Amino acid sequence: MVTVRMTVNGVAHEGRCEPRKLLVDFIREDLGLTGTHIGCEHGICGACTIMFNGEAARSCIMLAVQADGAELGTVEGLMRDGKLHPLQEAFRDHHGLQCGFCTPGMLMTALDLLRTNPTPSEREIREGISAVLCRCTGYQGIVNAVRAAAPILASER
Amino acid sequence: MKPPKFEYHAPKTLDEAVAALGRYGGDAKVLAGGQSLMPLLNFRLARPAALIDLNRIASLAYIREQDGQVRLGAMTRQRTIEFSPVVAQRLPLLKEATRWVGHLPIRTRGTIGGSIAHADPSAEYPAVLAALEGEVVARGAKGDRVIHAGDLFQTYLTTNLAPDEILTEVRLPVMPAGAGYALEEFARRHGDFAIVGIAAVVVRDGQRCKLARLATAGAGPVPVRLRAAEKILETEGLGDAAIEAAARKATELVEPDADIHASADYRRHLTGVLTKRALVRAIGVARG
Repeated sequence: MVTVRMTVNGVAHEGRCEPRKLLVDFIREDLGLTGTHIGCEHGICGACTIMFNGEAARSCIMLAVQADGAELGTVEGLMRDGKLHPLQEAFRDHHGLQCGFCTPGMLMTALDLLRTNPTPSEREIREGISAVLCRCTGYQGIVNAVRAAAPILASER
Repeated sequence: MKPPKFEYHAPKTLDEAVAALGRYGGDAKVLAGGQSLMPLLNFRLARPAALIDLNRIASLAYIREQDGQVRLGAMTRQRTIEFSPVVAQRLPLLKEATRWVGHLPIRTRGTIGGSIAHADPSAEYPAVLAALEGEVVARGAKGDRVIHAGDLFQTYLTTNLAPDEILTEVRLPVMPAGAGYALEEFARRHGDFAIVGIAAVVVRDGQRCKLARLATAGAGPVPVRLRAAEKILETEGLGDAAIEAAARKATELVEPDADIHASADYRRHLTGVLTKRALVRAIGVARG
């Protein structure tokens, strides 16, 4: 067993686990933060994407022990003062989600995309979110939501 | 728990990592970005006695120019390469190839050393290493060893790295100023592994071709340099007929295997199609 300490959404956490415990399982089971979803568990579907030291990363193909000392961000940390994050607002307004399973991963991926490319073209948005599989809305609403959120996030910088 | 049990080591220095790896005599795996190894562990297709995690070795992540080469530390993330001004200026082929590697949240973790050491035949970086005639540095108990691209890849997922060696650095010669380049690949979805990919470099002097480089991904067990096709361009120039002849020759130079994604014939066909596309685009952006 190893001790791991990490900051998640600005809150310090500590836990003990086996070195083989996946980061996503630690986040869900040990920290009780079940907003991050587990889909394929081998790095394909993107549902488990979180922010790892400020960058989007798949938490099902990382070990919890690798996050020792790291700053993580999950979907639970997006709301501010009881209000949805502008990207979440955009997903709601543009029908960017239906069942919601892929949504945490979509949001985290889109946030990193917009962080590194504040004015993406539609093609770049599609390329960016190709990292995450959605099986119900289709992607058009998601593309529309990311495109709508881009200028709002850019103006907040 | 998805992965099997293993002992976990996260050394802070390369020397400690080499020593730890040596202690397991080939039963340990080196963990770089983990974007290929972790899925193998989750499926329990790999059951190493130990993982030697390189992610705490800060000195293995760098990009610097030296002796006409760009040298990249093995743990340099693909996302860092994607945004590196040095790579954009000196190795535009590597920059272009990086956009094809996995997806954004894969590239934040995936590393150039991991991608090359994993030696997936359909991966982009091994093809770039072959096309640019790069080399890698491996550190073992006996010290450093430089391995040229042509000697590194043995077969599927297999390099000539010894079990106690760690790939520490990738060295790519600076591309000549004005060189044309292109990486063309076909995958069912952007970000999936290539069914076939072609990396091309062209140095032109008017319609003459001073240098041509062509390397494949996905068209055989290892990246293949299409030397006879390069030769056609270097002797016949960059006209349409030479491009056609080079693309035709390319299909004769590969020995692809069939798998669930594509037949051997289809891969051979794609090799010709993508060679032509890569050449046309590379020639289009070449200056001189």
